[in-house]
Amino acid sequence: MNVRPRDAVATATGRGDGVPTTGAVHSWDVSVGVDGPGTRFVAFLAGCPLRCRYCHSPDTWYRRSGRHRTVDELMAEIEPYRRFIAVAGGGVTISGGEPLMQPRFTGEVLRRCHDLGLHTALDTSGFLGVRADDALLDATDLVLLDVKSWDPATYRRVTRTGSVTPTLRFGRRLADRGTPIWVRFVLVPGLTDAEENVAGVADFAAGLATVQRVEVLPFHRLGAHKYAELGLTFPLARTEPPTPELVARVRGQFAERGLTVT
Amino acid sequence: MTGTAPLHPWRGFTGDAWRDTIDVAAFVRDNHEPYTGDASFLTGPTCRTLEVWGTLRAMFVQERQRGVYDIDAATPSTITAHAPGYIDRERELIVGLQTDAPLRRAIMPAGGLRMVETALKAYGYPADPQVHRIFTTYRRTHNDAVFDAYPSDVLAARRSHVITGLPDAYGRGRIIGDYRRVALYGVDRLVAERKALKAALDDRPSTDEVIRDREELAEQIRALGELAQMAAGYGYDISGPATTGREAIQWLYFAYLAATKEQNGAAMSLGRTAGFVDVYLRRDLAEGRLTEIDAQELVDDFVIKLRIVRFLRTPEYDQLFSGDPTWVTEALGGMGADGRPLVTRTSFRYLQTLYNLGPAPEPNLTVLWSPRLPVGFKRFCAQVSLDTSAIQYENDDLIRPAYDDDTAIACCVSAMRVGRDMQFFGARANLAKALLYAINGGRDEISGEQIAPATAPVGGETLDYAEVLAAYERTLDWLAETYVDALNVIHHQHDRYAYERLEMALHDHPVRRFMATGIAGLSVAVDSLAAIRYGRVKVLRDDTGLAIDYVVEGEPPTYGNNDERADAIAVWLTETFAAKLRRQRTYRDAELTMSVLTITSNVVYGKHTGNTPDGRRAGEPFAPGANPMNGRDTHGLVAAALSVAKLPYDAARDGISLTSTVTPDGLGHTRDERIDNLAGVLDGYTDAGGFHLNVNVLDRATLVDAMAHPERYPQLTVRVSGYAVNFVRLTREQQEDVVSRTFHGSL
Repeated sequence: MNVRPRDAVATATGRGDGVPTTGAVHSWDVSVGVDGPGTRFVAFLAGCPLRCRYCHSPDTWYRRSGRHRTVDELMAEIEPYRRFIAVAGGGVTISGGEPLMQPRFTGEVLRRCHDLGLHTALDTSGFLGVRADDALLDATDLVLLDVKSWDPATYRRVTRTGSVTPTLRFGRRLADRGTPIWVRFVLVPGLTDAEENVAGVADFAAGLATVQRVEVLPFHRLGAHKYAELGLTFPLARTEPPTPELVARVRGQFAERGLTVT
Repeated sequence: MTGTAPLHPWRGFTGDAWRDTIDVAAFVRDNHEPYTGDASFLTGPTCRTLEVWGTLRAMFVQERQRGVYDIDAATPSTITAHAPGYIDRERELIVGLQTDAPLRRAIMPAGGLRMVETALKAYGYPADPQVHRIFTTYRRTHNDAVFDAYPSDVLAARRSHVITGLPDAYGRGRIIGDYRRVALYGVDRLVAERKALKAALDDRPSTDEVIRDREELAEQIRALGELAQMAAGYGYDISGPATTGREAIQWLYFAYLAATKEQNGAAMSLGRTAGFVDVYLRRDLAEGRLTEIDAQELVDDFVIKLRIVRFLRTPEYDQLFSGDPTWVTEALGGMGADGRPLVTRTSFRYLQTLYNLGPAPEPNLTVLWSPRLPVGFKRFCAQVSLDTSAIQYENDDLIRPAYDDDTAIACCVSAMRVGRDMQFFGARANLAKALLYAINGGRDEISGEQIAPATAPVGGETLDYAEVLAAYERTLDWLAETYVDALNVIHHQHDRYAYERLEMALHDHPVRRFMATGIAGLSVAVDSLAAIRYGRVKVLRDDTGLAIDYVVEGEPPTYGNNDERADAIAVWLTETFAAKLRRQRTYRDAELTMSVLTITSNVVYGKHTGNTPDGRRAGEPFAPGANPMNGRDTHGLVAAALSVAKLPYDAARDGISLTSTVTPDGLGHTRDERIDNLAGVLDGYTDAGGFHLNVNVLDRATLVDAMAHPERYPQLTVRVSGYAVNFVRLTREQQEDVVSRTFHGSL
């Protein structure tokens, strides 16, 4: 694709006081079929309130590990992919880190993308769902809602800081306003795999009218090298990926509640 | 003959343009019926198919162990040199083998005796003394003739590997006869046409060109006669047109087979046959002559034959090209000039052979892709890629306007109008090494030898972009001149000593000729220039002043990330070298074209190139074709593809190759999603102007396991650079290169 003039990138917006909104952006990628439907420009924002034991991107935990970008600058990165995304089918996903750590920046990027006719997705744990205002959600076509666990003790053990309550509240709010949801559940043997824990997540998902699918993501250790590079210890270094039998059992738990599972 | 009732061969066919003149493209246009449905009509293999294929599979095991199954070392191959051969005479539907037995390889000394004798020795066969005497005493070979005429600077450039892979010791290949002509018209009509063409030259004064044309036409007429004689040996009279689908495939195959008996061409491509065959199969189905099972069985049997085309080559040659490739390329799909898709049920049937017979590298099934293709076909292609990794894609929306809608692919990415264009294949020049020559004043960075004309080396502790660029331009001027000079010698001598009589008999006269050059090391050269321009590159020199290593500082951009800074250099280099090549005078006034394609020689090119200013270590493989360097494309498959798509097809009309490997998870969670997403990526890449895409859908773990247990993966097929190979037949080094390439997956 030849580089097109950036005419479609509107001038800086911001807070109405003329100061452009900036965000801490860790990196971006163009992925296919893994961060929402189709080919997607995925912006990974820096900073996350949780410290999930299985996290495969500890390099996005801190805001300081991102580069400060204005909304215009990020939109300029998206621009060379707009046409491809339109032809191939897909959209833009704001991920992280936790994008709702930076709700103003996230909201503006989502709105700008939405105004361009791009399908938009927000990849979040929902822990900071309260920070997503209605304008942000109006500009969001799909929420990838990462429900880390149901059981409060397990949730805390997984995230080392959080509680599931805000996620549940956020999920219900999305369902009430009609926002489509893909629930994500990371399956870690010995950590999140207890039947009651999975059953709780599954019951919750089945109770939300806008859940279109559940993605059961088997734990892997591909992010382990990042811990080493950061001088951190990977807490699950000795945990094996789930067996196919376990994955089938958990998928079954979601499926038997009438949910579409991938 | 199989038929008994007299059938008019052209019954039910429409249109007139093709009746009076030899014009298969017009016939296909007039009789084509698009199929816009899905793959649900396809059928599996019959027991007969599985038994015939099973006989061969058992032989493949021995062939893999020994390198060859068998060789006839005493009979120089011609169209009629060998007695008829069969796999299983009672059960074959389509007959004909290159020699008198399956997988028994022939010798073709006219291209070069040394190649033949080296290969025989390597596989433990004694050279035949009579053949040796004939080709050293009475008959000169192409190989001898080229080396008699090479100037010294070509020899030096060849020796230092700044120009490599030249077809000066073997058949040049990449010529596609319009084999369909034999089926549509029969041999007699084609002979009559050639005689008329020759007679038309009688009034012309006997200049060099006219004498050569007359002699070539006489040779073509003789070759057509031999083709009919060869077919008669199998009990078929092909003097007239084919009357049924089975005959159409048989006639067409005989013509292709005759070409493979006459030429050990580097690439012996088939053309664009599926749409043509479909017209006959459709008529047979309508007449109740065939069922769908029968139609598929014919296609399966034909493809079995295409899978066992073999040439005798040296182990070194096979090492260069990975395995034992023949490039029996068939172009499928595409859009018609009238806006109708050229997709037929037979396009599906050809692809279905990858299920019925299992995956295989040959024939090299090539889908001409357009976002406008019917959804059912697009999804089936994507599905086949997911399941087999055996097919490649080329941009029909670039090819059709540049050529026409009856264009096929020779080898990997070389487009040519079937029966109207031919090319003089020209391997490639090493642009990364040329950059090192520029820095070193024309001296080779490994040997220290003066190869290019002596100029002042680029001085200083840190490389200056403007200075390097000026020196590079001078080196590229020399390289373009030397390179095309070598090709002119090669093709002049090939025409004289190893002329493709039959293939050229199945072309229009006069034919349009391309001089097809190529480049290797694009991404290395581009990243080096980007490092010099946007970073700081310090030079380390030996005590003779030769620059032997570089230290890169800063974070220069790299090609393959859709980053305009690096990509603009890639466009500049492609256009600049193409322009320099076009300024050269070519043999027979051939139109100069250029490819960005390495086949798998990227490994060998890398081996012969020293440290480069991008930080690449000496000996490390180049990226294949137009690919970004391994591991430097950090933004995923789409960003890499968009970088490659910026390379202008107008500057590289012989094709631009991109090989991508993606894990199944990197395309989506479910099979349906993966199919849709891959089809979407192909639409996006084609729309962006990307020319070629090899798609491998593989897990690294599978490849690693196949390296350890090759016996478990006899048919594991991997696309490398414009074609596919049996992974287990690659050398260890090439396997490691494939495994080390970027896998675009998800974390």
